[in-house]
Amino acid sequence: MSGFPILSLMLLVPLAAALACLYLDAKSARMVALLATLANLALGVVLWMNFDVGGAQWQFQERHELFSGFSYALGIDGIALLLIELSVFLMPICIGASWNSIEKRVGEYMAAFLLVETLMIGVFTAQDIFLFYMFFEAGLIPMYLIIGIWGGADRIYASYKFFLYTLLGSVLMLVAMLWMVHTAGTTFVPTLMTYDFDPQAQTWLWLAFFASFAVKMPMWPVHTWLPAAHVQAPTAGSVILAGVLLKMGGYGFIRFSLPMFPEASAYFAPLVWGLSMAAVVITSLIALVQDDMKKLIAYSSVAHMAIVTIGLFAFNPQGLEGSMLVMLSHGLVSGALFLCVGIIYDRLHTREIARYGGLAINMPRYALFFLLFTMASIGLPGTSGFVGEFLSLGGIYQVSSWTALICTTGIILGAAYMLYLYRRVVFGDQKNADAAAMADLDLREYLMVIPLGLAVLWMGVYPESFIAPMRADIAALDARLARAKPEGDAKLAMGKEKPAHEEAAHEGAH
Amino acid sequence: MDWSQSLRLIAPEETLSIASLVLLLMAAWGGDKAAKLISVLAVAALVAAGVLVAPALCGGHMGADTSAFFGQFRADAFASYAKILIYLSAAVSLVVAPAYFDRFKAMRAEYPVLVLLASLGMGMMVSATDLLTLYIGLEMNSLAAYVLAAFLRTDGRSAEAGLKYFVLGALASGIMLFGMSLTYGFAGTTSFAGISASMAQGLSNGALFGIVFVFAGLAFKISAVPFHMWTPDVYEGAPTPVTTLFATAPKVAAMVLTMRVAIEAFGDQAAAWQQIVVFAALASIVVGALGAIGQSNIKRLMAYSSINNVGFMLVGLAVATQQGVSAMLFYLAIYVAMSVGGFVVILMLKDADGNPVEDLGKMAGLSRTRPGLALALAMVMFSLAGIPPMFGFWGKFLVFKAAVDGGMIALAAIGFAASVIGAFYYLKVVKVVYFDEPADVVKGESDVWHKLILVLACIFISPLGYLASKWLGGLADTAAAALFSGL
Repeated sequence: MSGFPILSLMLLVPLAAALACLYLDAKSARMVALLATLANLALGVVLWMNFDVGGAQWQFQERHELFSGFSYALGIDGIALLLIELSVFLMPICIGASWNSIEKRVGEYMAAFLLVETLMIGVFTAQDIFLFYMFFEAGLIPMYLIIGIWGGADRIYASYKFFLYTLLGSVLMLVAMLWMVHTAGTTFVPTLMTYDFDPQAQTWLWLAFFASFAVKMPMWPVHTWLPAAHVQAPTAGSVILAGVLLKMGGYGFIRFSLPMFPEASAYFAPLVWGLSMAAVVITSLIALVQDDMKKLIAYSSVAHMAIVTIGLFAFNPQGLEGSMLVMLSHGLVSGALFLCVGIIYDRLHTREIARYGGLAINMPRYALFFLLFTMASIGLPGTSGFVGEFLSLGGIYQVSSWTALICTTGIILGAAYMLYLYRRVVFGDQKNADAAAMADLDLREYLMVIPLGLAVLWMGVYPESFIAPMRADIAALDARLARAKPEGDAKLAMGKEKPAHEEAAHEGAH
Repeated sequence: MDWSQSLRLIAPEETLSIASLVLLLMAAWGGDKAAKLISVLAVAALVAAGVLVAPALCGGHMGADTSAFFGQFRADAFASYAKILIYLSAAVSLVVAPAYFDRFKAMRAEYPVLVLLASLGMGMMVSATDLLTLYIGLEMNSLAAYVLAAFLRTDGRSAEAGLKYFVLGALASGIMLFGMSLTYGFAGTTSFAGISASMAQGLSNGALFGIVFVFAGLAFKISAVPFHMWTPDVYEGAPTPVTTLFATAPKVAAMVLTMRVAIEAFGDQAAAWQQIVVFAALASIVVGALGAIGQSNIKRLMAYSSINNVGFMLVGLAVATQQGVSAMLFYLAIYVAMSVGGFVVILMLKDADGNPVEDLGKMAGLSRTRPGLALALAMVMFSLAGIPPMFGFWGKFLVFKAAVDGGMIALAAIGFAASVIGAFYYLKVVKVVYFDEPADVVKGESDVWHKLILVLACIFISPLGYLASKWLGGLADTAAAALFSGL
């Protein structure tokens, strides 16, 4: 496998298909898009098969000095591998979700989606900091078009908000990147990851990167573009936005902020914890009162992403692995939930919760899958959501037990709003005749939800398959962070010899 | 330095002078029927001049050997880079013109001659190493440009544009002459090298005033804030092929001239003008961005966009380093391609009767009726906004990289943040073209030359442009090195 430019091929396949789709009629454009995404999925499987777990940190590297100022350098580690797998796995499902619901300008739509796929894979594979930035930013253009052309009634506002918010975040990051390259004298990300920047400067650099990744993530209070974008985007747009694009923020933290600025990350960790705590509680409460299904899931995304950030800033392997798993799990689960919403939206053309009810009667199979994904979103053991959230919260507990305490309420609140949603949509009486007349899943929809359901269960029952590729990378990151690690307040000790004198001191204080 | 050597160095200028005089005679005898032939010959003359200047750039000519007429004129790699861009832009404005003017039955034989004369003036501007050469070049360009702006004599807007351009341009020339006279008075010489030598010891108040006035005049020519007011009116009123020229060649010439004056003449006193340039840069970025938001005429919008882009380029000058100059030169090349692309799209926007469509509202839903044209327009807009992976990003990237490397991090951060404001109105154009319901006004076939130029420009500003970044960056570095070699 060595030497074969599989990463370039994975970039090229959707790109070529995107260009082809521009010139095709609706039917063949759908076909080409599906085939291209399936081909990329197959390449993704090949990539995973050939990924040497426990081997070199960076694999499948390619490097060509094509440009001035930056180079075409690709390569992945375990972290990037998993996110690439997530992207290529979700893409055929997105195409499937748009199969019938997109009727106008199909060729352009498919082209935009395939372009998004290229750029997502580019973000996760780029090993040159400026190449990364280009892929990172370029994703705005197709998403802007997807939301603006095929979105809902309020799509223009949502598309502007999405674009300008994320752009403002990332231009500051670019200035920081320029400074870093000027100081370190290289644009090569693996080298930069081991370069020790002056701690004074790290503060500024960290903030600049934070401005970009926090918006992308999104973290409270800069999350407001997300509900707008989600609600207005077409189903597949929401799936890809929640499934993969949000992960770029988390990926940015784990690839740039943490390893490049360990001291600043430790210094700002309380800020991240504070924002995450606020996000978990506030957005969960907001989700509880939504009437719009997509908005509800969008707010729940913000809450889940907050669990990711506390895991990242726990500075220990549990937290880091947990946050990666939350990202993967959330990618599957929120994608699946948006898909579930899309399935009934296609039938009734409304996202208002009150318009549904009693779907368990006429759509029992749909109700089953919806339940699975609801439970995964809550974090029921056995589903993917549990593993990641448990590890993240366990990780943060070692550093800040208060943060863990407050963030855990997110699980309870999550159960509240998800079950409340499920009850109103699926259980109860069949209040509306048209909702009661909806047909159950058809073959196309089965083909979309079954793989998602299997993946959710796989990750929940045997997460080792997903942890193994990234274990060494997380360990390396943990070692890099060790020197700056904040001291925990949770004084954990393995269950042997309780220090007696401390006990006594406690008694005395009473 | 003998005369024959000097005459060899100005071969491109000689070619253009002779060609324009011969073509003027042809126009006098042949009349407007010969207009197309004269256009073709004018393009040939520009190509010939381009071939003559190319060796200086490719060979990296610099230093005393490139100086002609006792330090009045310099044909180094720096000037050569600018001249190639100028000739290219002028040739484009000649090629796109017939399809436009035929509609108004105004394809007159003077048009190519005036463009040639303007190009000659611009070539002198970028080669000037003496205040007098500078002024002659500047006026030669400007006078031709005033006439060109008013070229559609029967159109009120065109006449107004010509008059406004003339009055304000004359005022700016006056300001600049005043600055030159002060500079001459305090430095005792008009040659850049002499001025630089006399200012090396220190700067008197009078000389400082001279610098400020010279820069004010130059700011007018590059339409930097606060001397930008004429730009939207002139861009809107002038016939579109002429606007294509205005947005490209004179911009390049004035920008390059500004660089040469700033670095060669006043380079030792960079601290005296850096603040002015920083202010002009940031003000241009912000005013260009804010001013464009309310525009409904696409030509006016492009005018504000050019003000905005000039601001970004000036960031490179504000650093006053070789890297900054190289970045500006690179940016200029991309800017020319973006402007050409933008204005050719505007030229191709015609309604069923062949009348030009300039109103943004009438372009609504263009992507449905003319997908190719809409795609080109969207590419130009995203490129002007500096969104990667469009090549326009790379221009901004380089000037800000120069700013960061030169220690002006605050300038870079503010400039970048302000670029987000600009993104708003570029997005507006994309929104109108892609999101809105079709107005279905734009009809008709496009000229094949327009299509060809548009495709070439779009390929250049597409991500494929990065493949040229090594080559173009090398040329820009050579040119910048030539500018700094004399110091």
